This record gives sequence, C-alpha cells and structure tokens, in this order.
Amino acid sequence: MSTLATEAPVRESVLSLTGINKRFGAVQALTDVHLDVAAGEVVALVGDNGAGKSTLVKVISGVYQPDAGDITFAGRKVHVGGPAQAQALGIATVFQDLALCDNLDVVANLFLGQERHHGHVLDEVEMEKESWRLLRTLSAKIPSVRIPIASLSGGQRQTVAIARSLVGNPKIVMLDEPTAALGVAQTAEVLNLVERLRETGLGVILISHNMADVQAVADRIVVMRLGRNAAEFRTEEVSTEELVAAITGASDNVVSSRAKRRTPGAHAAEGTPGDTREEGQDV
Amino acid sequence: MSDVKESAVAADLADERLIQTQGLMGYARLMLNRLRSGELGSLPVIVGLVVISVGFYAAEPLFLSSRNLVSITQFAAPTGMIALGIVLVLLLGEIDLSVGSVSGLAAAAMAVLVVEKGYSPVVGIGAAIGIGVLIGIFYAFLYTRIGVPSFVFSLAGLLGFQGLLLFVLGKNGTINLPRDSFLVEYTRQKFVGDTASFVLVGLIVLIYLGSQLWGRRTRAAAGLSAPAWQLAVVKAAVFAAGLGFLTYYVNLDRGWSYLWLFFVLMVVVMDLALRKTRWGRHLFAVGGNVEAARRSGIKVNRVYISVFALTSTFAALGGLLAAGLQTSVSQASGTTDTNLTAIAAAVIGGTSLFGGRGSAYSALLGIVVLQAITSGLNLVSVDSSVRFMVTGGVLLLAVAIDSVSRRARSSSGRG
Repeated sequence: MSTLATEAPVRESVLSLTGINKRFGAVQALTDVHLDVAAGEVVALVGDNGAGKSTLVKVISGVYQPDAGDITFAGRKVHVGGPAQAQALGIATVFQDLALCDNLDVVANLFLGQERHHGHVLDEVEMEKESWRLLRTLSAKIPSVRIPIASLSGGQRQTVAIARSLVGNPKIVMLDEPTAALGVAQTAEVLNLVERLRETGLGVILISHNMADVQAVADRIVVMRLGRNAAEFRTEEVSTEELVAAITGASDNVVSSRAKRRTPGAHAAEGTPGDTREEGQDV
Repeated sequence: MSDVKESAVAADLADERLIQTQGLMGYARLMLNRLRSGELGSLPVIVGLVVISVGFYAAEPLFLSSRNLVSITQFAAPTGMIALGIVLVLLLGEIDLSVGSVSGLAAAAMAVLVVEKGYSPVVGIGAAIGIGVLIGIFYAFLYTRIGVPSFVFSLAGLLGFQGLLLFVLGKNGTINLPRDSFLVEYTRQKFVGDTASFVLVGLIVLIYLGSQLWGRRTRAAAGLSAPAWQLAVVKAAVFAAGLGFLTYYVNLDRGWSYLWLFFVLMVVVMDLALRKTRWGRHLFAVGGNVEAARRSGIKVNRVYISVFALTSTFAALGGLLAAGLQTSVSQASGTTDTNLTAIAAAVIGGTSLFGGRGSAYSALLGIVVLQAITSGLNLVSVDSSVRFMVTGGVLLLAVAIDSVSRRARSSSGRG
C-alpha cells in the first residue's frame, strides 16, 4: 500500500491472500485485505484490538470462511474448509492458549492426534526419535521428552507447541501472540525459535502486540487497522513511532510526540496513509 | 544447530542438565528420587496392604492361610471388574455412580432369561452384556449430545436401574441359579492348580522378559537410551520369584480361581490398551485437557462413547460374576454397597478423581485392599458396622495421600 506497494517480494510467495472480505452481521470485519508470505520469510501482523488480525488468522486457518477473496497456496487457488484441511494443506497454527495436555509427556503432546502407530499400537520409539529430531531443528532446550508438560517452563511449553506445529511438515506456521505470557529470557528463546523456523525455509506469520519482538524478528510488518491493510513496512526501514502511528492511525500520540520532543525536527508520521481512509468504509 | 555426538551419547540423554544414571545402582537412585518428588505410584497401596496383612495376621493367623487368600481373590474379582470400569471414567474426569445398579440389572436379566424363560446361558449372558453396552451408549448420548453432567445422569441411573431390577425380578424377589449352571461352575469351582499353574507362571515371566528385552533392543537400534539388560533380567527374576511363591502358596489350597484369573487378564488387557494404543493415548488426553484434545483432531465424542460403554459393560460383567459366586440374584444385588466399594477401590488404588492420572492396576490393588479388610474383619468377627467405618477411613487416607503427593509433585515439577 505504502512505499512498498511497488516493491514485489523477491521470493516466490507460498501463501497469498487477495481481496479478502468477511462480515459478521452488520460489522465488516475484513475489507479487501491482502497478504503475501514467502518461504523463509517472517511476516508480522500487527494492529490494535479489533483491527481484524484474529479474524484474518482464523480465515487462513480455516476456522472462518471468507465472504469474498482468493487464497492461493503454493501456486494453487485453494479453499480452506476447516482446521483439519488447513493442516493437511500445510498451514499450521499455534494458538495463544497452547492447547497442551499437562498430564502427558512431551512426546505424547507433540504427536497428539497424529500418533505414529503400527495397527492400533503406538510406535513410541519412532515418535521419541522424531521428537528429538524436531526439537534439534529448533535448537530447543528441553532436557527430556519423557517428562510431563506440567513440569516445563512457559518458554519450554511454547517450544513444544511450536515443535508440534512442525509435525505435519507445514509450509506456513502462524504464531498467535507467542510471547504474550513470557518472561524476558523465555521471550528471547521463542524469538530464537522464530528465527530457526525462517532458517528452515518456512513462511512464518507472527501476530504480536509487542513492537520490540516484531522488530527483532520480522522481515516485513503488515499493519492492519479497522479491518483493512493500513500500511506495510520493511522492518529495517521503520521506527517504532512510525509503527505506532500506523496502528493507531494518528500521528499525535504519546510515543511519537515524545520522540518529537526528544529529537526536534524529526517527523514520525511518514508512511502512514491510514488516516485518509475512513470515509471509504462500507457499513 | 547443536552438534551432538550421536555415537557417544544416546539421543535422549544428550542434554547436559539431565542427571545421568547408569546400571542398577543408577536405577535404584532414580526410583528413590521419584519417590521423594511425590511420584508414589502404587507404593502407598502396597504398604497399606502389608500393614493390613500383618495386623490381621497378628489378630488371627488364619488370615494369611492359603484358603483365605484364595477366597479373598475370588470374592474380590466381581467388584474389581466393576472398579476397572470406574477407573476408565475417572481417567476422563467423569464419574459413573450407577455401576452397582447396572450390575444388578444385568444379572437379573440373565437370571430371568435363563432360569425362568429357559433360554441357553449364552443368550442370557449375551443379553446382560448387551444391556451394559446399551446403557453406556445411552449415557454417552446424554453426555455428548444433551450435555447432562455425568454425576447427574448416573445418579438418575442409580435409582432408575435399581427400580428396573426390582421390576424385572417381579414378585419372587430372588432367583437361584442352578448348581450346575455355567456361571456358578465357572466362578465357584474352576481352579488352576499344580503343574498347569506353574506352566502359566513360566509363560507369563517369559513374555515379560521377552517384551522387556525386545523394547530395549528397538530403543538401542533407534539410537535412544536403553536400560541395562541386567535390569530386565533382575526385574523378571524378582517377578518370577514373587509370582512363583504366591502360586505355590495358593496351590496348597485350591489354586488360582478362573474367576480371579479372568479379572487379572481383563486388567492386563485394559492396561495395555491404555498405555500402548492410540485409543488409550486419546483417553488420557481428553482426561487431561478436552479442548487441547479436540483441537488436535481427536474425535472426543468417540472417546466418551467408548468409555461410558466400557464402564457399563464391565459393570454388567461384574454383576454376572457376582451372581455366579452368590448362586443367586436378589433384590439386594448390586445395591449401594457395590457401587461405593467399586468407586472406592479405584480411588484407593491410586486413580485420580480429577482425570488424566491413574492406571488399570489401581482397580486390582484397590479391590484387594478392600476385600482383605472385609475378610479380616469377618475373621475376627467384627460387626459390619465397623467394616463400613474402616473402609471409609481407608478411602479418606488414600485420597489424603494422593493430595499430599500431588502437592509434592507440583513443587518438584512432576505435574
């Protein structure tokens, strides 16, 4: 939309959404939203509460069906009919509440619902071997895969949840607020994981409220506001103030005004075309 | 990427923070640490059983006679079978209060069909088990489709099926099973003694040792840590000695009853199903976190249906065995006593009331404890009022131990 609209993604996109519309009764939750994610790229999806991030994530993961618009996955137009179908396509989602079973061990949680088995009998050895392989690709710090999830720290649980999303060999991983409930060290650990996912050539969609996290790992930042694409930045070309301005749709917020005070003359509101758009909104 | 020397250390022991254990001493230390951190397993029950045995033996030496041990196992089996079903619902975090009534109803249906209407025992037993399955499916329907809590519908079942039992029995109130009927013979007169019993012990030990060694080999082949083979041999030897001695001891009397062996077989089958199959894994997952299970694609409703059906079926089976053992079905068959004993047995054996934690063996251990108490108090000829009070006390103690160990578990990070 903004300065980047002309700059096509260098790599071929794995997941591409165009013209996505979704309405709930009288509320237009998503209007003409587009999003591209390439292999080995981390795209951060930011926006205020009610900006439509979660709705978009649910459209991608098959929980909601869009009213209009196309989803192209790996070059093919697809219809994502449900969470299971999304998983089968290769779109994995790590939800905010991690949905792990505390009473089961790491191996059991990693393969929950997709256990390796001979006939009806579980193949524990194969699953344990595969668990270690998965955790190694993430350079994850889990001391043992035979301890119950209840005994792991928050960061380690997030690690298990992310590793679980990799079991079906996905092409796209969506992380919904992965660092929301974590401490400093654990947040760093999870951000390392995101880095690792990128290295393994996966497309990552990262939803977060934390600008520092987003700027630390994302290649591109897509800002949503009131159900529309508000702005899109390359991470290295944007400052926190600009991001906040794009999210709130106003240049006169606390963050930017303080920044202005600190460095007189610096103008923070560049690249925020969002504020001219209100009148075009359909009801 | 961490560079792990796969050849030097097994893949699962590579983390430097793991405390390395090797050989038999390492295993012993591991076990000790586990106990300290509240992973008590079935130790409290076994200690309890030893205390009970010593106590009653001091009061009445006949308590540990072969004859009494045989009858304890024999009388424990029917209610134990019901308790096995209770273990399954408890693992889901649900409850079935109606198992006693269902067991009585199933036995009554069998008795009416076979004794009064003259059908063959196969039809009678089939009908009884069918009733169990149907009741379980009905419960699952109430739970999954309508959303009635299990406590409520099974309480309704407790009353309703007891009423149905009275209705089915009609005016007579009691139906005696003929001495030569299949169930009576099977439950009262069939024993495995002498050579056959020792051949059985040998087979069981061999299967145990074989599975241990085979499991060890597949783990080693996959580059994972495997326990020392000496450990497997020592375990098997201890197992063989214990089982062999018990067999020798009960053989002084009649030997192992078919009834008891059938119950133990069912416990072993359910244990394997719970630990080794996808169904068992899904059951534990649903008991631990239903939402997580649903989101990971487990067909949660199917798990509920299978478990409620199995619980009622085990109840029906227990009712049939009890009828055979008592040679009759009466209006008192499977009343409150049976219900609560079965539930208490599952809990005393170590299955958590909150779901997701427990094992099939808790049904076996729990019912042996309760039956030992009953038998002991009978031997020292104490009134049944005392029995209820003692059972209540033991149940309370068991749950208290579980709660304390749960606290220890969470403080030492074992969930």
